[in-house]
Amino acid sequence: MEIIWFCIVAFMLAMYVILDGFDLGVGIIHLVVGKTGQERQIILNAIAPVWDGNEVWLLAAGGTLYFAFPLLYASSFSGFYLPLMIVLWLLMLRGGGIEFRHQIHHPLWESFWDVVFSFSSILLAIFFGAALGNVVRGVPLNAEGYFFEPLWTTFTIVPETGILDWFTVLMGIIAFCTLTSHGAHYLSMKTDGEVQNRARAIAGGFWWLVTATSILGLVAASSIRPQIWENFSLHPWGYVFPLAAVSGLIGQYISNKKNVDILGFIGSSIFIGGMLATTAFGLFPNLLPSSIDSSPPITVTRAMAGQYGLSVGLVWWIFGIVLALGYFFFVYRSFRGKVTSHSSNSAIY
Amino acid sequence: MNDALLVDRLQFAFTVSYHYLFPQLTMGLALLIVILKWIGIKKHDERYHRAAQFWASIFAINFAVGVITGIPMEFQFGTNWARFSKYAGGVIGQTLAMEGIFSFFLESSFLGLFLLGEKKLSPKGHFISALLVFIGSWLSGYLIVATDAWMQYPVGYTIAADGSAQLNDFWALILNPWALWQYFHTMLGAVITAAFVMASVGSYYLLAHRNMEYGRIFVRIGIVTGLVASLLVLYPSGDQQGKNVAQYQPVTLAAMEGLFTTEHGAALTLIGQPDMEKMRIDNFIHIPEMLSFLTYYRWKAEVKGLDAFPRNQWPDNIPLLYYGYHIMVGLGTMFVAIFCIAALFLWRKKIFQTRWLLWTLLLSFPFPYIANTAGWMTAELGRQPWIVYGLFRTEQGTSPTVSAGNSLFTLLGFVGMYFVIGVLFILLVIKKINKGPEEPAVPHLSVTQR
Repeated sequence: MEIIWFCIVAFMLAMYVILDGFDLGVGIIHLVVGKTGQERQIILNAIAPVWDGNEVWLLAAGGTLYFAFPLLYASSFSGFYLPLMIVLWLLMLRGGGIEFRHQIHHPLWESFWDVVFSFSSILLAIFFGAALGNVVRGVPLNAEGYFFEPLWTTFTIVPETGILDWFTVLMGIIAFCTLTSHGAHYLSMKTDGEVQNRARAIAGGFWWLVTATSILGLVAASSIRPQIWENFSLHPWGYVFPLAAVSGLIGQYISNKKNVDILGFIGSSIFIGGMLATTAFGLFPNLLPSSIDSSPPITVTRAMAGQYGLSVGLVWWIFGIVLALGYFFFVYRSFRGKVTSHSSNSAIY
Repeated sequence: MNDALLVDRLQFAFTVSYHYLFPQLTMGLALLIVILKWIGIKKHDERYHRAAQFWASIFAINFAVGVITGIPMEFQFGTNWARFSKYAGGVIGQTLAMEGIFSFFLESSFLGLFLLGEKKLSPKGHFISALLVFIGSWLSGYLIVATDAWMQYPVGYTIAADGSAQLNDFWALILNPWALWQYFHTMLGAVITAAFVMASVGSYYLLAHRNMEYGRIFVRIGIVTGLVASLLVLYPSGDQQGKNVAQYQPVTLAAMEGLFTTEHGAALTLIGQPDMEKMRIDNFIHIPEMLSFLTYYRWKAEVKGLDAFPRNQWPDNIPLLYYGYHIMVGLGTMFVAIFCIAALFLWRKKIFQTRWLLWTLLLSFPFPYIANTAGWMTAELGRQPWIVYGLFRTEQGTSPTVSAGNSLFTLLGFVGMYFVIGVLFILLVIKKINKGPEEPAVPHLSVTQR
């Protein structure tokens, strides 16, 4: 039962990163790809109907995490107190950037929200990467399974480390590069003309950065937490996940050369999914490793809720997720095709 | 402010009270938009579709602010109330996760479609997306009320070996008797808010001699739905909710009624100030024996006062609880009066010429917000000193590792952020109302084709 729920939570988080990831990536490159107010409106129109639904995956994943592993929720949310609150504020600013921008047509108003939108997207990408870095590195748990990390201490990996050290910052940079390229692939798929050309150029250039930083991250993660490879030696089928990530990279490379935008986006999605699945596979059965030798990590069995609740939950979860995927399919199909300046996708409210 | 418990409580109270200003209009307006669309289809009247579109544009801003102020609520269970989360997660994790899976996906998917897709969808398809947004938001309301109801009246759980609560009866949690009445009461409160807001905007148009046709539609629909909802919120939903409190939280009933001593034939206090030193109500106006009658339908029934309970069971802020409850009931009574008079004038076809009544409707819109907030204060202050009634005290629920200083930092951050959001919200809504429903809602990109 705990394995099923571990996979479910991992699946929902991966869905969140892939879906909200592309609109975060669009936010990162918003100011660079869109040079005029009109181009920027096109870029926003490309994500306007879907960004809110994408963000719901974070809420739903959070709710499911709370439901399945209450101890993990309690421990990690209180331990990562400050970064989580900052993430909340950034999410608010970013939502404002998308929803308030088109309400008043004034160049100052619009450029203000453009900058807010882009700035918050950049910081969010880095924070999400750093969060994953913290999980891989481990946190200073106490005997009850609680901890508290300040934002930073000395930026080195010591027992009393902060949220940000050189490793988690590196993970933040990887996330930034990955989502930038992911967003660029999405935009090249959804737009045409100048905007598309610029987005393609970014996707091409960032491919090298993503590849380079990912290799660096892999080496760093292996040196900090060599245990993540144990599961792979025990169950070699797990190597499909890193292989999937590599194939995603190759797909992106081909797409960049031949301008097959949809392949690029799919490749980038597979790359993100593969990387996250690799991490999850390596961590299992740990949910939150301990950086202090004397205290045990939070494992799935330690953190999980009661059996009855988890069994009942499985019934409604399957039912609910099938419905949700149905809505997503329907919405994305309704808004398929390219966004142009005279498109009716523009926000009419 | 060195007390982490105090700061955590203040932060939750502030963020949740602020947040609920938005969903109450979202939920109420979702129903009214469905009604407008329905009339539009039945009567083949384009004005109702345009009216629905106008309210949808206000709904959209309101919904967006509701979403961005709602995310911190779910997060705070973990960030500031970690021990409570660990204790109760095995039970309330169910309803909170279900809200994400069943309502948020539904709402967010179809709101985008409803707002952006009128041209892409048939009128029927557009009506269905409005209906699905309505269902999503009302389902969300139910799951949140069911979560709160479990904290008010825990059912369907066992205590596991590690001391945490774990679900053992899913349907008991979902069909908690506390949840059913509280849900109807809460939703009717939301409809009253939306009815007042709609009638208020309509009155403004009529008094300002602009968008008169729409003004009449808004006033009419506002009054009719407001009358129905304000009667039902009093009886049976408010009445039954009061009986739940009397049965399951008798000490809360005593505190909110301001009843210090146990009495046979207890009086109902209408007005007065609780004096916690002398244990009495100052400057009171009351109706003899009425409280006994309302609670038990017998004039001489015994109602337990605060003196019947040990002090450590008393809610920890009795005066505020008492005021919250009395403000809610007082305003609720006033709403019935306003809507009855307005409905009478509407029926006699005099309402659109009666300026004093239009002025009253115009100026009344803040009061349902106050009543809804006061109602939730009654419920949540009444639950104190427990976070899960009778099982787990509030002071046991905080995060062991989060210091008061860190909580205060984020509380101040929220105050600043919410102030800015509030100013922007008011600015944008006033702009929408000033623009009015008549201007056709065209995409604002008047860009020529390349």
